[in-house]
Amino acid sequence: MTKVRIPTPLRPKTGGKSEVEVHASNISEMIERLETSYPGIKERLCDETGEIRRFLNIYLNEEDIRFLEGKNTPLKDTDEVSIIPAIAGGV
Amino acid sequence: MEFTDEQVQRYSRQIILNDVGGKGQQKIRNAKVLVIGAGGLGSPAALYLVAAGIGTLGLADGDVVDLSNLQRQILHTTDRVGTLKVESGKAMLSALNPDVQLSLYTEHVNAATISKLVQDYDIVLDGSDNFSTRFLVNDACYFEKKTLISGSIFRFEGQLATIKPHEGHPCYRCLYPEPPPAGLVPNCQEAGVLGVLAGTIGVLQANEAIKEILGLGESLATRLLLYDALDMTFRNVKRPKAPDCPLCGPNPSITTLQEYDVSCSI
Repeated sequence: MTKVRIPTPLRPKTGGKSEVEVHASNISEMIERLETSYPGIKERLCDETGEIRRFLNIYLNEEDIRFLEGKNTPLKDTDEVSIIPAIAGGV
Repeated sequence: MEFTDEQVQRYSRQIILNDVGGKGQQKIRNAKVLVIGAGGLGSPAALYLVAAGIGTLGLADGDVVDLSNLQRQILHTTDRVGTLKVESGKAMLSALNPDVQLSLYTEHVNAATISKLVQDYDIVLDGSDNFSTRFLVNDACYFEKKTLISGSIFRFEGQLATIKPHEGHPCYRCLYPEPPPAGLVPNCQEAGVLGVLAGTIGVLQANEAIKEILGLGESLATRLLLYDALDMTFRNVKRPKAPDCPLCGPNPSITTLQEYDVSCSI
């Protein structure tokens, strides 16, 4: 199972869990599996066209998937995926 | 210019560091750093930079001190609630170190004035509380070729990066090409933040600024540092230059400064 780290803003969708596990062969499938388990999470990750939102990045281990194979980036069970949105707070 | 005996004593604990010395202290004294936002991040960052003997510190914030700020904005005090944050900051910073030249800006940062503002500085620290300002500050620093130390916080998490596209490194838009659309993100007051978290990230911003000034160590120019205050973990992820970056890529779509209408935090 691939570990997926859930950022604070999305934790309401995962019942507060900061880490979930999914079995998926690539990032696209991971997003679909997450949506099945945690309905509503996909629209936070992807825009209307299905592309990953431009203020949010998905990392396979330390690598941004935009610089790998995007949503087709293959996953292994030993991988760790992190979802990292831009945050703006400073005050 | 020589340091006075008093200054040598004041800065002695960092002057005796081999990597700093008198030359390093002189670099610190020559440095001009602009801190955008005299809030949760800007407060600790400005305090440590001024304590270290930064020559010129600019402080930009249009807000006044509110009682609810004091949980984390340590430049301000209870008796200064209702005063301009930059004035309140000046009171604290000039009491800490009268050597430092302070420049105060009470206008909210905007597309018309930001370029002129950053021109006078070597390094800019972004401690703003909204995406519009963050993208504006990034774009202005890119056009003016200024190093930007970007820190941000949300609830129990922080992010930190050093942005130096003028040295061939990625810009903020290489990481996040666009701000989130309005309505998709809760506002700051709904979000909440742990006061100490602001201190942690603000102090790290000051650390990275001092390293830039001294030319020491490894910078965060190609990494994003992620801090989780609950797990108590620091993690790095890689932050490459995006070939299709709308700002610093070979075919930029952004060629002038623009402001966005977005709320403050996802």
